[in-house]
Amino acid sequence: MKVRVVTFPGSNCDKDVGTVLATEFGATVDYTWYKDSFTDLPDLVVLPGGFSFGDYLRCGAMAKFSNAMESVVSYAKKGGKVLGVCNGFQILTESGLLPGALLHNRTLKYICKDVELIPVAENKIAKGLQGHLSIPIAHGEGAYFADSETLERLEKNGQVVFRYKENPNGSLHDIAGICNEAGNVLGMMPHPERAVNPYTGKMDGKQILEALLKK
Amino acid sequence: MFVAKINVTLKESVLDPQGQTVLRTLHDQGKNTVTDLRVGKYIEMKIDASSQSVAEALAKEICESVLVNQVIEAYRLVVEKL
Repeated sequence: MKVRVVTFPGSNCDKDVGTVLATEFGATVDYTWYKDSFTDLPDLVVLPGGFSFGDYLRCGAMAKFSNAMESVVSYAKKGGKVLGVCNGFQILTESGLLPGALLHNRTLKYICKDVELIPVAENKIAKGLQGHLSIPIAHGEGAYFADSETLERLEKNGQVVFRYKENPNGSLHDIAGICNEAGNVLGMMPHPERAVNPYTGKMDGKQILEALLKK
Repeated sequence: MFVAKINVTLKESVLDPQGQTVLRTLHDQGKNTVTDLRVGKYIEMKIDASSQSVAEALAKEICESVLVNQVIEAYRLVVEKL
């Protein structure tokens, strides 16, 4: 299995997610610097968490103009699987691969804690996931926003992948993660890569990555 | 030379927690005649262009492709000759 992790200036979870995919899933991981392009078709491309370009202007706004993101957009349009975690989710919305936007948390506080996620049964990625999943979040701008028409479309098409059991940040419809209509692009604010082995005390993230790699 | 002056704010339909927090503080100080407050950002760009309309067209294009996320934000743009 081949995985590509894109690194932007300010990404800080690229090595975490790459290491987890290599050690826990036996993936061959290549890291792509934001200035570089790629044309191959790996099994998964990951946009990691962090603070791309210092989150200046808006989170994820500068990243979309990079060569790597041009490659990611064309890869996604060919049906390639993309996972965006936290800042990666923000980049996916800014680049138009996912609808909506991420706003400042309603409380204006940076939140760093474990949350319970409810996988949405109607969604193709979440379908096989069992029970509530305990996954860490760490973000200041994670409140999912979309206009009512978009929200209605997301719900109708089964594009909501995860909801928060107790909404920590003011996300509309308690949304923690969504996918595109085709189901090959997933964006989520919680960090599944931080919950995959006993050292972290949490294992539920492994289920999410497994589900994504399987489908 | 022209200067583009751009004000970006969250759309009216989007909750502005920063604005709400500042408004609450003003109300705590008894300034209850302030009925609404929204926090935004101000951007200024100098543009070397052959005419006002060229500068305006470029500024508008930059606003809509880079400076403003139109899912959540609205903007006001004024271009002046320097």
